Amino acid sequence: MTATPWWRHRRLLPLLIQAAAGLAILVVIAFLLGNLVRNLTAAGLLLSWRWLSMPAGFDVAETLLPFNAELPYWRALLAGLVNTLRVVVLALVGATALGTVVGTAAFSSNGLLRRLARTYVELIRNVPLLLQLLFWYFVVFLSLPNGAEAIQLPGLVLAKKGLYLGHTTLVNGVWQGTLRLTLEFSALLTALVIHSAAFIAEVVRGGVASVPRGQWEAARSLGLGHRQTLSRIVLPQALRVIVPGLNSQYIALAKNSSLAVACGYSDLYSVAETTLNQTGRAVEVMLVLLGAYLTIDLLISALMNRLNQLVQIQER
Amino acid sequence: MTADVAIAPTAPQAQGLSPLARLRRECFATPVDGLITLALLAGLGAAVQALLHWALRQADWAVIQANSTLLAVGRYPLGQQWRLWLLTALLLLACGGSWGLLRGRHWPRSDRLTAGLVVAMALMLPRGLALDGAIQARWWGLAALLLLARWASGRWGALLPHRCRPLLPLVWPLLYVVGLVLIGGGLGLQRVTPSQWGGLLLTLLAASFAISLCCPLGIALALGRRSALPVLRWSATLYIEFIRGAPLITLLFLGQNILGFLLPGGLAPDRVWRAVWILTFFAAAYVAEAVRSGLAAVPRGQEEAARSLGLNGVQTLSRIVLPQALRVALPATVGQFITLLQDTTLLSLIGLFDLLGVARAIMTNPDFLGRNAEVYLVLAVLFWCCCAALGLGSRALEKRLSRHAPSSR
Repeated sequence: MTATPWWRHRRLLPLLIQAAAGLAILVVIAFLLGNLVRNLTAAGLLLSWRWLSMPAGFDVAETLLPFNAELPYWRALLAGLVNTLRVVVLALVGATALGTVVGTAAFSSNGLLRRLARTYVELIRNVPLLLQLLFWYFVVFLSLPNGAEAIQLPGLVLAKKGLYLGHTTLVNGVWQGTLRLTLEFSALLTALVIHSAAFIAEVVRGGVASVPRGQWEAARSLGLGHRQTLSRIVLPQALRVIVPGLNSQYIALAKNSSLAVACGYSDLYSVAETTLNQTGRAVEVMLVLLGAYLTIDLLISALMNRLNQLVQIQER
Repeated sequence: MTADVAIAPTAPQAQGLSPLARLRRECFATPVDGLITLALLAGLGAAVQALLHWALRQADWAVIQANSTLLAVGRYPLGQQWRLWLLTALLLLACGGSWGLLRGRHWPRSDRLTAGLVVAMALMLPRGLALDGAIQARWWGLAALLLLARWASGRWGALLPHRCRPLLPLVWPLLYVVGLVLIGGGLGLQRVTPSQWGGLLLTLLAASFAISLCCPLGIALALGRRSALPVLRWSATLYIEFIRGAPLITLLFLGQNILGFLLPGGLAPDRVWRAVWILTFFAAAYVAEAVRSGLAAVPRGQEEAARSLGLNGVQTLSRIVLPQALRVALPATVGQFITLLQDTTLLSLIGLFDLLGVARAIMTNPDFLGRNAEVYLVLAVLFWCCCAALGLGSRALEKRLSRHAPSSR
């Protein structure tokens, strides 16, 4: 029997490869970090968090938490985070509702409705979200009329000064309502809902398609109508396929909300950008941003995993 | 993919019916269906009428006509633009050549349609954009070149010796390098710095560069993530999850503000290349996930069978596992390419002049104030066409590949 050469040894080879790969990665990281420390020291920007408690000096356009320019940077970032969460949560609800409607419309008995649903998805998915957002903001919302000419719907007034919900009255040419949404927020919300709904519709469609045909036929032969078949028999089974797919769409939506900066809505990213421009603390601001978005992603994943456990088939 | 075989389970079987009966069954089966159809038709009609009224009466398309060069190439120096024309001609020549080699002498219906579309676009678009006579003629020449190359290579392509055939696809990477030199200069050509590239040129360049490099990176990452060696597995996983956890805009921001600190002075690329590299590394993580799902779809027995036939690790991977995995991963990967092409619009948010960046710059010009709708609409149509074409191409390729797939699957 010939002895195996040492470089083909079954135990040794993996160890050698890993050692080489690990060493290479470590060298690259050490090189980058070394440069970072050297360059930051030269620029006088070594990692420090003291700037967080200094007054921000800029205003955040719309906030749920009270905020003014004298409050520290961390309050500004927090206000931005709350704004992000606000738009993400509302967009999640809206996109899920619209996406489910469009996704199930692909199975309608009405041919025109089916084709419209398909067209909607194809239209939205092939145009960049940023372009859609700019369209909604600059073309649709910013050209809304003011005062008495504003578009009035029951419980909703669309005017150039904002969207007014609930009980609305016109006082001296200025609208007042129970709730006022700014145009920036409305444009971002609309763009996110319309865009994500197209992707969610595809997830829903795939889920419904995964339910065996026999289930539809059995339900029909038991005398259930089209709508009952869909809501009682097919959707509950489709949910098992839909929920994991929704998870990644929700995370994508949360990340997409960072495009807010394009329409001037003060979300976390836009506040962070202003903070960076004022303090020059690139590394720290970056860490805050990455940490915040990672936390939001993990939160969504955790919630969706919990939901997934609920809709999975309960076996003996 | 289950989603692609979806047929509406309750869709009426409409084959073999007269068009009228089909319409009745599809849209007016029950009174409720009829009402829905009528309501939808009314809504659609109103929308189309409003759109036509706006496009023909209210819109002022001069903003597009006056800025077509800017939208196409940004601030690329006027005296050097012949290089871009030359590149376009070379690209069309290669396109026509490949097209002809794939199809041969025959012009099936889809080819005739495409040719008709090319002729129609060459005749209509330059006139619609109110270009100079000389430039219009150039576009006609380019269209003729494309069709001529298609015809010639279809007719005589079969005469090529068989040994040359495997080398032909190499024309494309070669052309890419030639293109980079033509665009950026060097080798005796005057340099045009990346900050002068713009518009559609920058968008396509960034997208094509990122698409072609993110594939090998993504495959390597996917293999790393499935590796039995913990160090490789953990580092690949860490990288993929880190990238996928962050919005692209924060990473672009990282590239603009921190990359300069991470590399020794002078080594960091300029702003445009930084953004393009970030796009590449970003897309690689997503492509890696697509490839990973493809790898997971290859049965374990395939690898074991290959090993027991005496293939070594590299051969097993490159001859047996990867071809099957990549075929499964193709739709998801092309989906990522489409996303990537759309994501290039984010370059405009970090102050670069890609297609959207140029468009936004144009709209700050007082002459064109309030002409947002026209510009955004044209951009949307452009992106839609590019993305839809990628999607169509992916589906065609998928069909072609599935012909060679084992029939048991």
